[in-house]
Amino acid sequence: MLGKTAGGLFWMFRYLERSENTARLIEAGFRMALTRSAVGADEWKSIVTAAGVRSEFEARYSAYETQDVIDFLLRDPDNSSSVKSSVEAARINARLVRIALTREVWEATNECWMTLTKVLAEPIPERDLPAVLGTIRQQSALVRGALHGTMLRNDIYDFARIGTFIERGDSTARILDVKYYVLLPSISYVGSSLDNVQWETILRSVSAHRSYRWLNGGEITPKGIANFLILDRRMPRSLAFCAAKLAGNLAYLADDYGERHSCHELAEHLRERLRNNTIDMILEDGLHEFVQGFIRDNIAIGNEIERNYRFTG
Amino acid sequence: MQESSSFFDEMLVPGDENPREPYRNYSKWIKQEDPAALKRKASEAETFFRRTGITFNVYGDDQATERLIPFDIVPRIVSAREWAKLSRGIEQRVRAINAFLHDIYHRQEIVRAGRLPARLIAENEAFLPQMIGVSPPGGVYTHIVGVDLVRTGPEEFYVLEDNARTPSGVSYMLENRETMLQMFPELFSANKVVAVSGYPQNLRRSLAASSPGKHEGNPVIAVLTPGIHNSAYFEHSFLADQMGTELVEGHDLKLVDGRIAMRTAQGYKPIDVLYRRVDDEFLDPLNFHPDSLLGVPGIMDVYRAGNITLANAPGTGIADDKAIYSYMPDIVEFYTGEKALLQNVPTWRCSEAESLSYVQDHLAELVVKEVHGSGGYGMLVGPAASKKELSKFSAKLAENPSNYIAQPTLALSTVPILTRKGLAPRHVDLRPFVLVSPQGIKITPGGLTRVALKEGSLVVNSSQGGGTKDTWVLEE
Repeated sequence: MLGKTAGGLFWMFRYLERSENTARLIEAGFRMALTRSAVGADEWKSIVTAAGVRSEFEARYSAYETQDVIDFLLRDPDNSSSVKSSVEAARINARLVRIALTREVWEATNECWMTLTKVLAEPIPERDLPAVLGTIRQQSALVRGALHGTMLRNDIYDFARIGTFIERGDSTARILDVKYYVLLPSISYVGSSLDNVQWETILRSVSAHRSYRWLNGGEITPKGIANFLILDRRMPRSLAFCAAKLAGNLAYLADDYGERHSCHELAEHLRERLRNNTIDMILEDGLHEFVQGFIRDNIAIGNEIERNYRFTG
Repeated sequence: MQESSSFFDEMLVPGDENPREPYRNYSKWIKQEDPAALKRKASEAETFFRRTGITFNVYGDDQATERLIPFDIVPRIVSAREWAKLSRGIEQRVRAINAFLHDIYHRQEIVRAGRLPARLIAENEAFLPQMIGVSPPGGVYTHIVGVDLVRTGPEEFYVLEDNARTPSGVSYMLENRETMLQMFPELFSANKVVAVSGYPQNLRRSLAASSPGKHEGNPVIAVLTPGIHNSAYFEHSFLADQMGTELVEGHDLKLVDGRIAMRTAQGYKPIDVLYRRVDDEFLDPLNFHPDSLLGVPGIMDVYRAGNITLANAPGTGIADDKAIYSYMPDIVEFYTGEKALLQNVPTWRCSEAESLSYVQDHLAELVVKEVHGSGGYGMLVGPAASKKELSKFSAKLAENPSNYIAQPTLALSTVPILTRKGLAPRHVDLRPFVLVSPQGIKITPGGLTRVALKEGSLVVNSSQGGGTKDTWVLEE
C-alpha cells in the first residue's frame, strides 16, 4: 500500500469520527441549554473548548449564544472541526484512497457527504436540530456499517481503525480535560443538582448516559464516571478501550508487514499504563495531569505512525 | 419522433415504419414502454452516477467542481457486420501508427521516401527529440489508443482523430454499460450484446506484457494521475481499482537505484509499468517542463535505460497531430502495404498558401481546428458561427495559418435520445478503445458514443454540452 493511501485512510476515518464527536457534543450542549437556561453560556463554552476550537470561536463571536455555537460547530466552513468541514475532509480523503475502499464504503461516504451538504446548506432552526443530528448519526452509521460489513481485514482496515481510535481517544480525553474539576472528589458541592446536570452532560457527550446507568445501577458518582470514561474497557469510547484498540491494530500491521516501529512501543506503553491503573491512583496523582499526559502521548503516537508508515514522505 | 432528412439516422429509415436491422428488437421494446416510466428511469440513472461519483471536474469553476456527464438511456446499436468491418480498419490504422512512431524516432524512412515533408517532423512541437533512437519495451508505443470515428451514411465511416497520447473516456464506456444492465436487464436478454467488461483485465494483461521484464513474478503496474483535481481523476482511480494496481501521483514516486519506485507504507517499491495519465511535458521536470510537480525527476532517463515501461510512450503525440493527420492514408499505405480501410476526412492544411485561400473563402462551410487543440476548444464550426465570429476567426487564421487545419462540415449521423417530448435525433461520434501489446491488438467491441444533446449541434465534447450513450455491438 502507498504511504499516501495509508495516510488518506487514517485521516478519512479520523474526520468521520470527528464529525460524529462534534455532533454528539452539540447534542449534549443543546440538551443542557434546554433544561438549564442559567448555565447555558458556560456549558457552551466548555463544549466549544472540548471540540478544540475555542480560540476560533472567540475570534468570531463575543458571546456564547446557543444559535451561534450550534451554527459554528455544525456548519461553519472556517471551523475545520465543524460537522460539515469534517465530512468534506473525510470525503476528499476517500476520493484520494478510493481504490482502497469497497464500492459500498465509498458510496456510503459519498452519500453521507451529499446528504449532509444538502441538510447543512442553511442555518438549522432549533426545532429542526434533533432531526438533523439524527441524520448525521444515521449517515455515519451507514459508513461504519459498510466498513465492517464489506472490507477485508487487512492493512487497509487497520489504518482506518487506527485513525478512528486516535481521534476518539483524543475526543474523550478533551471532554475529560474540560470537565475534570467536576469529577474531583474534593469539590465542595458534590451531590448538588448542578453537579448532576454536569455529570449527565459528560456522559451524554460520549453517548454513555444510558450505558453508565445500566452498568452502575443508577448510582452516579464522579469517581464512577471518571472510571467509566478512563478505565472501563467495555465502554467503546473510554481511553483504555481506545488505547487497547490502537495498540491491537498496530500489532496486526506489525504482523502483516513483519516489522515493528517506534509507534508500536509507544502505543503498547500507553495501553499498559491504562491497564495497570486504578481510578484512585489516577485521582491521587492528579486527574488533570493524567488526562493531559494521555492527550500528549496520543498525539505523539499519531505523529510516529505518520512517520513510520511514510504518509507524506 | 421528429424526422430529419438531411442526416443519416442510425435507427430510423425516413418514410419507413421499420427501424434499421440492429434496432429491430429495441424499437419493439421502447414502443411498449410507458414514456413516463422511461423518464423516471432517466433520472434514476443520474442518481446512480452521482452516488457512484462518476464525475468530471471542470477547470475554473469553483462552485460546482464536480459535474456529471449527461447519460442518455437510448443505446447506440451496431451490427456484428458493421463492427467487423470497422475493427479491421481500426486495427490496420493502429498498426500503422506504431510502425510510424518507430520509424519517426529511428531512420525516418517515410521522410526519406518523400512521402512526408521533413519540416512536419522537424518543426513539430509534438515531436520529442528525447525519444530519438529509443525503442520501447516490446516495440509498443501506443498501448492505449482511442480512435474517434464519425459516420455519415450506411457504409461511410471517417476517422476524425487518432488519440495516441492519453485517450480518456473508457470508464464511461464501462459504467454506461453497468448502468444499463442495472436499469434494463430485460433488454440484455432480448438482445445479444457483446460484453465490454473485460477491458480492465485486458488492459492489465496488455500492460504486463509490455513490461521491460526486469522483475521476478508479476510485473508491478501503477497508474500515474495528476491528482484529485484533474478532470479525469475518476477514470484514473476507476482503472487502477479495476486492474488492482496502485494509483500514484508524482510525489509518491522517486528514483531509487536506477529505477522508479513508489513510496509504500513499507518503504520504496520499484515499478515496472507506469500507465501514466500525465502529459509528456509534465512527466519529468528534469527533461521537460522544469516547473512540473506532476511528474518524476529523472523518469525519462530510467525509461531510456529500459528500466520502466511508460504507457503510452512519450512522444506519441506526433502520430495524432492534426498536421500529420492529413497524411494518414499515406502513412497507412507506407507501413502496411495496403490501402487504408478507414477514410480520412478531407483536410486543408492552412500552412499551404493555396489551401489557406480556399479556407478563407469558404470559412462559413468549414470546420477549422487548431493543430494542437483538443476538447473542442479553439475550434470554429463555420455553419454555426455568426458573421462576427467568422471575421474574428478569419483574422486569427491569417495571423498564424500553420496553426490550423480545415475540414468540411460532416453530416454526422444521428441516433435518437430521450427528450421531454419523446425520442429526438441527435448527432453522435464514436471512440473505440484499442489495446496494443507485443502479443497483438485488442479492440473492445463498441466504445464510447458521445452525443451532442443540443438540437442541431455537431459538438459532442463533454466540456461543451455533450453527453454519452451505451454502445452495443450485437453478436452475429
